[in-house]
Amino acid sequence: MEALRPTTADDLAGIITAAAAGGRHLALRGGGSKAAIGAAEADATIVGMTGFSGVIDYDPAELVLTVGAGTPLAEVQALVAGEQQMLAFDPFDHGPIFGAPAGAATIGGVVAAGVAGSRRVSAGGARDHLLGFAGVSGRGERFVAGAKVVKNVTGYDLPKLVCGSWGRLVAMTELTLKVLPRPREAVTLVFRGRSLGEALAIITTAMRSQASVAAAAHLPGHSGDAHAITAVRLEGFGPSITARLAMLDALFGDTARGEAASDDEAAALWNDLRTLAPLDDGRPLWRISLPASGCPAVLATLLPAGGRYLLDWAGGLLWLTFDGPGEAVRDVAASVGGHAMLVRADPSIRAAIPAFHPQPKALAALEARVRRAFDPAGVFETGRFEAFSHAD
Amino acid sequence: MSLKMPEPDQSVLARRASIVRALRAIVPGEGVIDDPDALRPYESDGLTAYRQPPMVVVLPETTDQVARILAWCHREGVKVVPRGSGTSLSGGALPLADGVLLGLAKLNRVLEIDYDARIAVVQPGVTNLAVTRAVEDEGFYYAPDPSSQIACSIGGNVAENSGGVHCLKYGLTTNNVLGVELVTIEGEIMRIGGRTLDSAGLDLLGVIVGSEGLLGVVTEVIVRILPTPETARAALIGFATVQDAGRCVADVIAAGIIPAGMEMMDRLAIHAAEAFVNVGYPLDVEALLIVELDGPGAECGHLLGEVERIALDNGAVSIRLSRDEQERIAFWAGRRAAFPAVGRISPDYYCMDGTIPRRRLPEVLDRMAQLSIDHGLGVANVFHAGDGNLHPLILYDANKPGELDRAEAFGNDILRLCVEVGGVLTGEHGVGVEKRDLMPVMFTETDLAHQQRVKCAFDPKLLLNPGKVFPTLHRCAELGRMHVHRGAVPFPDLPRF
Repeated sequence: MEALRPTTADDLAGIITAAAAGGRHLALRGGGSKAAIGAAEADATIVGMTGFSGVIDYDPAELVLTVGAGTPLAEVQALVAGEQQMLAFDPFDHGPIFGAPAGAATIGGVVAAGVAGSRRVSAGGARDHLLGFAGVSGRGERFVAGAKVVKNVTGYDLPKLVCGSWGRLVAMTELTLKVLPRPREAVTLVFRGRSLGEALAIITTAMRSQASVAAAAHLPGHSGDAHAITAVRLEGFGPSITARLAMLDALFGDTARGEAASDDEAAALWNDLRTLAPLDDGRPLWRISLPASGCPAVLATLLPAGGRYLLDWAGGLLWLTFDGPGEAVRDVAASVGGHAMLVRADPSIRAAIPAFHPQPKALAALEARVRRAFDPAGVFETGRFEAFSHAD
Repeated sequence: MSLKMPEPDQSVLARRASIVRALRAIVPGEGVIDDPDALRPYESDGLTAYRQPPMVVVLPETTDQVARILAWCHREGVKVVPRGSGTSLSGGALPLADGVLLGLAKLNRVLEIDYDARIAVVQPGVTNLAVTRAVEDEGFYYAPDPSSQIACSIGGNVAENSGGVHCLKYGLTTNNVLGVELVTIEGEIMRIGGRTLDSAGLDLLGVIVGSEGLLGVVTEVIVRILPTPETARAALIGFATVQDAGRCVADVIAAGIIPAGMEMMDRLAIHAAEAFVNVGYPLDVEALLIVELDGPGAECGHLLGEVERIALDNGAVSIRLSRDEQERIAFWAGRRAAFPAVGRISPDYYCMDGTIPRRRLPEVLDRMAQLSIDHGLGVANVFHAGDGNLHPLILYDANKPGELDRAEAFGNDILRLCVEVGGVLTGEHGVGVEKRDLMPVMFTETDLAHQQRVKCAFDPKLLLNPGKVFPTLHRCAELGRMHVHRGAVPFPDLPRF
């Protein structure tokens, strides 16, 4: 597998046009932090996107940032933090999940993979913060979509479509993101030693309240409920947090209320939800997106096999290790209205089990038509994910 | 009126009687309207300058009927224009002479509310406000609040990706919808998205929301509902110059505050509103800001103090902070009545909807004042200041020959100006027919072709709402092999309208 590293959009367009004409495949690569997701890309040429790096425009007062897609995520986060702002969808680096150091992930990569952290439940995902992009489609044509202002409904919302498209529609060269003020303060309430059922009840009560919960998670511990931590994070201005803590205390009462975690403990537990270090048990790692109410059924089915889990997004995201058959995960996820992605596993398993949860036939056919609309020659179909399956 | 719509297909018009019969076989009784007088109420939406009675109206009551109607129209090559409540300000539901108008108003039930999951499942004909009404007793609400919320439907909101005054903090429709049931033009019923925060494949939901009825017909919507904030308070702040007001807005955001709403009005809009509702707006200012904060009482009190300090630092000449709910509502009364208030000082007005980078506001208002002189028509401005969404209201008299054309020309110049300074043609009203022919100001032919091919993936025969959004009707087969270089227009013989 050779590697190319274009530095201009015209060069990139030339590479894609040539590949399309020659029936070859291209694998778009940012920092490679998620390269171990999906099947092996047998005969694809890697196109490194890190040549499209750097800040193009940043006006903090407009809440808008335009950067090259290959800019390191860490650099973008440091830049906006310097202006007391943030990427509110909380993107994180997948490096540590695969045993690599953080730092390689690019902003284009996290957007293309739709990566969103614990604040997803309150602030939205990458889809809710990508305002526009410039790039080259599988047709080898340069084009733009969206815009560089925070409010826009002109034409189809293609930025939403490319978030989570995993580089199968467009090679993005430039992204415009909405940025938001960083919360001035944050407090994490922890509830110790709760069972899954109790944790979900706490989270539901907090989410239903007027306390504007920023993030809520459950870390069950590996040695029984006694070590479990249920975490609820509040963010904002000091007087507001004080009022909302009182609100939650009143809701939970004297016996059930949580305690404010130390800064170190809070940082460690939210970090665990990014690195997934507690799940490093050698088993395949699954990411299940589901309604919170489906968690007990999914865990009752899959945990007896001996895996571990973490629950984020107020119960809407379950990270789970499981070394039984993939169908077992997908069947139970689907039975509660969820879907399961295989994230980390040996290459042989990844060759046999598709990374993405298969779609119903009609939807898969529609999705295939949309992919063909951007990439008629299948330039970006590298075998990493299922090809135009079930297509009409 | 200069708008050109696709040429009606005479062979379809000739089959009108049999089309009506076929629709009656699917939707019995009153659900099919073909009497010319009864079609009249459907001849336009909120953009009343454009009128066209549809060939026939059909009002299905079930998803199954929608699917059968679409499948039949697809097989027979008959165009379909979906319609919610008909409040679009961009002509998104403007009928076609040879098209079936598919009204979704009878699909108007709230199907399910799950407070623990914080979602509601509703049919598309449920009005925006009815969602909030259905959940408010349990302390919840639906956040997007377009000014037409008493009438506009959720299905229409999904089609247009509607916003409202609170969308800086709470997002547009697209940020508050988790899933839809969509019927394709082939009559296939599919679920896109669901009760999870992301989907297993491409985010098709993201492109369906805001697609202006061109990709499919939504028959069910899963929306997120939010706990109603404990309190809301507002500040009413007058400035001697627009520049001062603009700096105040920027400084509020720089202080880390994202208000629930931040609205600006210019002198003409202030005077019109005050004359209409008499709520005590200052009349000796050039710009008026309404800043609303919501959340716990302690938060609102704290942030209102911050906003007051920032306003004074930026030379505010008058400041009032709402002391109770009645006063907060009074502050908003003038802004909420701004459109009808302008309607009182002018026989007609034309509402525009561009977005600009906020820092360019003073310059844009100056140039708009010059355009006002050039076109010989007045303009009042209301502005969602937090997100840069500008609503100039052009004053004209439709009974005076040529004034409507001048108003449209003025409006087009304003939107070109918005794009020139780095903004967009529409912030929340949609492209529809109104801004369709301006799309090339913002997008190249290649940009538009990438959007149109998505249309082709959903509706290859281009039967759903044709003539909207895209200035040129490309046949899908041609788009598939089209290559455009340096703006050269391919297929010059294709119909353009």
